[in-house]
Amino acid sequence: MSDPTTPAPSTSGISRRGLFGLAGAGVVGLGVGAAVDRFVLPPTASAQENAAVYPFFGEHQSGIVTPAQDRLHFASYDVADISRDELVELLQDWSAAAALMTQGKEAGQFGAVSGNYDAPPDDTGEALGLPASGLTITIGFGPTLFQTADGTDRFGIASRRPAALVDLPHFPADMLQDALSGGDLCIQACSDDPQVAVHAIRNLSRIAFGRANIRWSQLGFGRTSSTTKAQQTPRNLFGFKDGTANIKAEDTGVLSDQVWASGSDGADWMTGGSYLVSRKIRMTIETWDRTSLREQEAVIGRTKGEGAPYSGGTEFSEPDFAATGQGGAPLIAKDAHVRLSHPDQNSGAQLLRRGYNFVDGNDELGRLNAGLFFIAYQRDPREQFIPIQMNLAKNDAMNEYIRHVGSAIFAVPPGAHQGGYVGETLFGA
Amino acid sequence: MTILKTRPLLITAGAAITLLALAGCVPNNASSTDAAGAITVDSSADDCAVSATTATSGTLTFSVTNSGDQVTEFYLLADDGLRIIGEVENVGPGISRDLVVQAQPGDYFTVCKPGMVGDGIGRASFTVTGDKVQLAGDVQDQVDQAAVNYVAYVKDQVGQLVTGTQTFLDAYLAGDDQKARDLYAITRANYERIEPVAESFGDLDPKIDFREADVAEGDEWTGWHRIEKDLFPPAAADNGGVTYVPLTAAERQDYAAKLTTDTQALYDAVNASDYTVTIDAISNGAIGLMEEVASGKITGEEEIWSHTDLWDFQANLEGAKVAYEGVRDIVEAKDPELVKKLDDQFGSLQTLLAEYGNLDDGFTYYNDLTPDQVKQLADGVNALGEPLSQLTATLVG
Repeated sequence: MSDPTTPAPSTSGISRRGLFGLAGAGVVGLGVGAAVDRFVLPPTASAQENAAVYPFFGEHQSGIVTPAQDRLHFASYDVADISRDELVELLQDWSAAAALMTQGKEAGQFGAVSGNYDAPPDDTGEALGLPASGLTITIGFGPTLFQTADGTDRFGIASRRPAALVDLPHFPADMLQDALSGGDLCIQACSDDPQVAVHAIRNLSRIAFGRANIRWSQLGFGRTSSTTKAQQTPRNLFGFKDGTANIKAEDTGVLSDQVWASGSDGADWMTGGSYLVSRKIRMTIETWDRTSLREQEAVIGRTKGEGAPYSGGTEFSEPDFAATGQGGAPLIAKDAHVRLSHPDQNSGAQLLRRGYNFVDGNDELGRLNAGLFFIAYQRDPREQFIPIQMNLAKNDAMNEYIRHVGSAIFAVPPGAHQGGYVGETLFGA
Repeated sequence: MTILKTRPLLITAGAAITLLALAGCVPNNASSTDAAGAITVDSSADDCAVSATTATSGTLTFSVTNSGDQVTEFYLLADDGLRIIGEVENVGPGISRDLVVQAQPGDYFTVCKPGMVGDGIGRASFTVTGDKVQLAGDVQDQVDQAAVNYVAYVKDQVGQLVTGTQTFLDAYLAGDDQKARDLYAITRANYERIEPVAESFGDLDPKIDFREADVAEGDEWTGWHRIEKDLFPPAAADNGGVTYVPLTAAERQDYAAKLTTDTQALYDAVNASDYTVTIDAISNGAIGLMEEVASGKITGEEEIWSHTDLWDFQANLEGAKVAYEGVRDIVEAKDPELVKKLDDQFGSLQTLLAEYGNLDDGFTYYNDLTPDQVKQLADGVNALGEPLSQLTATLVG
């Protein structure tokens, strides 16, 4: 294992229990075609990816600029009727468990198969034999942690609520469900192996019982953004490349300008943190699939194959919004998604997007309950997500094919130092 | 309602589409570039390089790549060098797009037009050999007639909407809420039949038919659904926990006046001397109306206070059927199988919907339908929607 404070991912490929994992891998490797190969064959691209290990401790929490992993399990929690000290203990317990699991180790003192024979194991066990698989665990605080809807300051932190942690406004055509929205705390678990991501949420939820309970959770199965320049741009369930113009880890200037909160923003304890907005966006894919290629491309403003902007070029060419075609009409329509979401149309505002495709079975009408679980990180939602989404909700041609059904916002504190816990800058000293 | 905006097919392409319907061509998707026999066209700054100068009659695919730095177009012209057999336009630099045509034996010209002005460059002869291909005859008359008929239908529906709305609003303003409730859904049918037309006029549909959730904070909510909520007031539990406050007489006056004005604006727009529709706008209207059913009515989202979604469903279905029948004969000559399928599915869905009522006697309210019944209706909508989505491509192809 690498030193957990080393920022670069290790690719040593050693499993949770080293060779012990050999037996387990073949049995447990649910949904991962390369599960066996990775132990018996020379490293392949996917084997190396699954072997990635990211540090839990550091200046920033991992799972933000970390190269977007393939899988997601996101959970939002309501905090029970507990004291401030108990809340801090929960954050300490979560951080300790996260530090172990992100390194490919089992949660708890005794792990999954040791300890008192008459007690249930500390770790639930389904990740035995699996490598860290690039697991990151990112913890955030919702507005209601600071102050409940009726104004109660449960933990004595209302005065330290960052101004940027606003309650999101109603956007046109929002169809939000309370059961899919909000929350006092959140955990984003990302991994290249779905079982590893689920294992993380399962164990952290178990640790929290009595102190915090899941309000809602979401599985995602295909990343819809690249967060490094080396990654290929993936496709969303509309079949289009998504995240071409995303903020990338290499754009350090943009990161400090648009992603990382600064002490000068008003909440000292958030320095090096970021603000997470999640939106569960249902896609009416059955209707979309009956739409002509002409309409699909016009809605997005890019070609479906290459992903080139309609104004010309290749995927990474800058869109030329002034370019006109036949009759002087703009090549990229006024209501095209790529135009309305572009920084040029939003006072330069950008988002670091980190969303995932989801299919939660089907609805009662036999339609796939499918869409995009949108996640974006930013320095100030008042200047970034809110104006961008207001613009999109009012004008985007894509609105015909989507429904926003879930919504949440969280302050994601800076990373913890070795041996510390996430949230220490708020609750400590 | 709605957030659904069925786009009037490319205004700029309207004229071209009419021509294309004659010659039978349509830009196709990228996969056909891989098909054997695809002819490549490289449109550069100073040339229009076509990979072949002859071809055998039938379906030809020209895969046009713009290697220049200006927006380009590619044309296949008849032997007079003027008449357009097929074209692709608005091809941005670096982008590829296909032109698929049904070509008869004869002499043609190929030409590119970077910058989209002038006579074009790289004009070259192109010869098609082989046997004559069986094609539908000259359909221009049918195309023209379809447009005339559909415009007349739209004017008739909007005319009825104007008078029906007035009767409805008279009852509403007189405080005869029961009568207004009775008239609500049936009056809206005139609107729901031609909704894609209203949507083509930008601001009108939001003013007339927005639902509460569609409105941005700070914007005013007007139109049918504002009045719907007042006539079918929700319990607090269905209103975000807030007790609904009925509109005052003055507020009723205000919203009624606005609906009258906006409906009149729609009437004026479709009665303008230059108002017309393109053939693809008609077929896309049919597709769009069934998309409305699939997205808004079958889910009960459209009429959340009155639950009269099946009235809208019926009107959307009727409007889609009228639009379809306007182009049916043209499509039948090209693809009789598709027409048979569509005839069957329109019939089946109407039969299924009729189990729940009709516009004269009323329908079952959406909230009285069982989940199984809703599912059955949704399956019927999908069964029609899937073949219907091929209508425009077949029509202009």
